[in-house]
Amino acid sequence: MTEFSLWDIVRNLLLATRWTVLLSLVSFIGGGLVATLLLFMRIGRRRVFQFIAKYYVELFQGTPLLMQLFLAFFGLGLFGVDVPAWLAAGFALILWSAAFLAEIWRGCVQSVAKGQWEASASLGMGYVQQMRYVVIPQALKIAVPPTVGFSVQIVKGTALTSIIGFVELSKAGTIVTNATFQPFTVYGLVALIYFALCWPLSKCSQILERKLNVAHRSH
Amino acid sequence: MKYVFDYSWLAQYWPVFVKGLLITIQLIAIGAVVGIALGIACAWVRSLGPKWLRPPVTAYVELIRNTPFLIQLFFIFFGLPSLGVQMSELQAANLAMIINLGAYSCEIIRAGIQATPRGQFEAGASLAMSPFETFRHVVLVPSLERIWPALTSQVIIVMLGSSVVSQIAAEDLTFAANFIQSRTFRAFEAYFISTAIYLVLAIALRQILVLTGKLIFPRRVRQ
Repeated sequence: MTEFSLWDIVRNLLLATRWTVLLSLVSFIGGGLVATLLLFMRIGRRRVFQFIAKYYVELFQGTPLLMQLFLAFFGLGLFGVDVPAWLAAGFALILWSAAFLAEIWRGCVQSVAKGQWEASASLGMGYVQQMRYVVIPQALKIAVPPTVGFSVQIVKGTALTSIIGFVELSKAGTIVTNATFQPFTVYGLVALIYFALCWPLSKCSQILERKLNVAHRSH
Repeated sequence: MKYVFDYSWLAQYWPVFVKGLLITIQLIAIGAVVGIALGIACAWVRSLGPKWLRPPVTAYVELIRNTPFLIQLFFIFFGLPSLGVQMSELQAANLAMIINLGAYSCEIIRAGIQATPRGQFEAGASLAMSPFETFRHVVLVPSLERIWPALTSQVIIVMLGSSVVSQIAAEDLTFAANFIQSRTFRAFEAYFISTAIYLVLAIALRQILVLTGKLIFPRRVRQ
């Protein structure tokens, strides 16, 4: 039987961490793009689009991410395509994070005071101009801390993709455990690596929030 | 798309879903009550409790909030036995959910406590209330009232997250779906139905918590 040193375990886990990071980035960027689309549907004037965007968010926030992963994995397969785990994982995570980001950003747009809309309308601005010059710049600033905060949820969400067989940090943890029979050490290390990824983001979000509050108070 | 959907297995297998649903409900019921209690205790420590207790509680909250639930579950179920702590699947699932919700609700409740005006503490003291009575009647109840909507959302998130406990073979709703798909090879249909059940459960849970909030905080000004 081969002996595994602590370094062997750490090295393999860190190699797998690359996939966690990559999947998180893909989900965040892809999710952000879909969320932008959803956001404009939701705050636009077309009733049908508002309806679709609203229920999209309700649906994805009201069902477990794990179920969405399973449905993506087996559902994409129904179209006769052979679905690799990474594709189903990326697809489901993008749709899932889009729902949450759209809802966060909607809150930010709506928190821009009503007077701002009225003021810009009284200056003869159209809807697009109001959005472009008045609402979006203010909403963007408010949106940064909760968006960074949500990226933590995305990193943690990628752990679930191990269940449909995508080999990232969690799956590597399971594989290494099965080889070394040291679950306590391995899962402890896995947790520490996740912590090292997420904690700076959490702190960053908190600090940004505090800075933003100070900026608001000084107005 | 040539796939033909087939739900005929449902006639035979629906009791499996019911059994799984009951386990999921049991998990979230215990998890919510004990988890929020733990959250209240931790929030008290972090905002008003003894100074020496604060660093460990902060560490606990930060550690749980920044690691995936799946890993917490694996650590408890697979990792702890090497320290001699052995648990059944359900006990491990319950413990993981309590620990998880405890950390999240701690942060939510702490925000509520910190929003309590200073004068309220002084008012409590001037009515000859003990610090505990002040906390219980003057600080805690209005704080919970303030953050009840956020707490409601968090409980629902934890309920949805509980689908992961199927991975340590706790026989919840997701486990039922896994079991059925392995027997019938109707994976998409099985997961579709369990997803629908989760959605209904999430909506129902929200209604229950909103109603509970109205019962616990009857003074709440209706907006």
